[in-house]
This record gives sequence, structure tokens and C-alpha cells, in this order.
Amino acid sequence: MPGASSWSFREEDSRAMTELLTGLLRETNVRSLLLVDRTGQIVANVGEAPQFDTQAFASLTAADFSANDQLAKMIGEHEFASLFHQGEKESMYLADVARRVILVALFDSRTTLGLVRLKVKSAVEELTRMFEDMFRRAGTDAPRLEGFGGKEAEDEIDKLFGD
Amino acid sequence: MSMINYASREINCKLVYYGPGLGGKTTNLEHVYGKVSPQTRGKMISLATETERTLFFDFLPVDLGTIRGFKTRFHLYTVPGQVYYNASRKLILKGVDGIVFVADSQLERMEANIESMQNLYDNMAEYGYDLTKIPFVVQYNKRDLPNASPIKDLQAALNPGWPIDDPAKQKVTPDPSFPGEYLVQQLPTGEWIERAVALEAVAVQGDGVFETLKAVSKLVLKTLG
Repeated sequence: MPGASSWSFREEDSRAMTELLTGLLRETNVRSLLLVDRTGQIVANVGEAPQFDTQAFASLTAADFSANDQLAKMIGEHEFASLFHQGEKESMYLADVARRVILVALFDSRTTLGLVRLKVKSAVEELTRMFEDMFRRAGTDAPRLEGFGGKEAEDEIDKLFGD
Repeated sequence: MSMINYASREINCKLVYYGPGLGGKTTNLEHVYGKVSPQTRGKMISLATETERTLFFDFLPVDLGTIRGFKTRFHLYTVPGQVYYNASRKLILKGVDGIVFVADSQLERMEANIESMQNLYDNMAEYGYDLTKIPFVVQYNKRDLPNASPIKDLQAALNPGWPIDDPAKQKVTPDPSFPGEYLVQQLPTGEWIERAVALEAVAVQGDGVFETLKAVSKLVLKTLG
């Protein structure tokens, strides 16, 4: 692979992720759960619809995790598998999934950090299995989109840029 | 690392604007932000110092539109240009799909351009990415300044080309940006070389900004096909 590897997910992957996250949401009583990939793209979101820009949130989450990874290495740790940011009312707990995705739990005083941490841990194990399957598939079955290399796609891009 | 979501028929790609400090990377993003309609772009995030120098990155998501039935979204990032921010600069390159190198055309910034280009090669190599194989566009910015170097000198220093061994690619290709120049050509020594697409710009006035984005977008979308 010359550049970074791409990955794709299908409708059934999306459904399986949402199901698992919905279960976790119920068990933990957190406000919202988000899955963000390490390049800063939002993969899934369940629970209360966030009142903020989720794309900006995703890019900052990825940057936050990457910066903390480097900090971990500086102090002789391999990684920080999870991060916790405590606010006065709202807090967030972030956990690594398969080194490629980050699970973010947003919660308030209706639950406790202990419960979130406990339940997220087992959800992460399941998500890791799920994503590893997806990435394995991406390795052999690199996404190829019909017609993207062709003239029609190029014309459509020209049109979008107003040519 | 483009992410394709077949469930919602969406494609997300990551573009990084790289280059020396004060070269115009953030200005490129600001111009895009100002010009596209608020419906097609998200919020622009800037992690900058108090003096507005990029500390970690700028981020701007832009919906390009629907291509071949897929909603196509580009995430535009800039890196901090200053030499001593290399640790954070490298992080932004993770999972990049396409790169725009924003060079500062001013004669006295030539050294800084060369140093930044070398740093880009090094950082990409550390991730195992090959800059000659991923979508890569060079933008010569600040062309309006009286002390701007000639394009020929900039090309020789920053975009001299890389050897191509694949006979299928050894096809003389004129450079649409610079008449009389070539993107793919055979040197008198017999060696075939390929150059990155390069464009001129005055980002502060918006000249060349969208042309650059379009050039790199095309290259990125081609890699998906």
C-alpha cells in the first residue's frame, strides 16, 4: 500500500456497531457514545444528539489521543489505552479500540466514572473483535469504487468546482 | 486513509496542507472557509497560539458534493510550519490521503521551503508512506510579491521529479500549469521522471486556492477507483 490504508464498512457493520453501542448506552446511562477513527472521522454516534459540531469534535478527539500517545511514549509507556476528562457537569471517557478507533462516552452525574469504565472495558473487547474483522477484510478487499478512476468522475468534480 | 461508509454512501478523505511557517497554509483554508456556502462546510477549528501561529492544526471539513452517488467530504488540515513543532506536525499526517505543499515563493524563504519538504519526506517515510505514490500537489504561493523566485528555480529545488521505472507510466505528459514544461518526461540521460502537479497562487487574494484544492481532490478520488 503506497499511502495510508483505506477502510470501508457496510450496512451490516454499521448495524452491528449501533446495536452494541445502544446496549452500552443502556447499561451505563451515559448521555452519548461516539466512535471516532484515529484520523479524526466520525464513524458512529448513539444517544442524545450532541449539541456541538461532531466533525470538529472527532478531529480534536483524534488529535487528543495522538498527542497523549506521544506523551505516553515519553514517560516510557507503550500507550494510554484510555483517557478521562473531568468537567464540572459533563465529563468524557475515551478508550482505544484496535489501535484504529476511539470510543468516546459523554456523561454527567446520572452515572459514575466507575460504571462507565467497567462497562466500556467489555464493550471495547467486543468492538475490537468487530473492527479487526473489518480491517482484515479491508486488507484483502481494498475498497474500489466503480467509476472513480474514470472520465465521468472527473467531469463531476469539474462541475462541482464550477467549471 | 479514506473511509467509505456504504451504509450512508459517504466517503471521507483527509487532505493535509504542509509547508514552511508563514507560507500561507492557514490562509488557504481561510479562503475556502470564506468562499464555500455554510451548508457545505463545517466549523473551522484552529489550535493556534495567541499570535495566531498554528500550534497543532487547523481543521475544516468541506462537502464536495455527490460523486458517482457517494457524498464526498474532504477534511482539510494544516500543520504548524515552524521547525520546532515537528512532533505535532507528524501526528497530523497520520492517515493522510492527499498532500498540498504550500511553498513560500519569496527568495529568502527558499531554504525554509527545502527544509520543510525534506521534513515532509522524512515524516511520511516514518509512517511508511511513499510521497511519490500518494496524491501530492505543490502550490507556489505569494506569486504577487516582487521578491518571488522564478518558477523554474522553485521547481528545480522543490519539485525536481522522481524516477519512474514502470514502462506503462513512461509517457511524455505536458504540464497544464506551465506551458513548455512536463509532468512526465525523459531526461537527456535516458531516465524517465515524474513531477508533482504544481500551481501558482496568491492565497491571500484567493488566487489559485480552489485550483489547488481541485487538483489534489481529483488525484485523491482517482485513487479510490
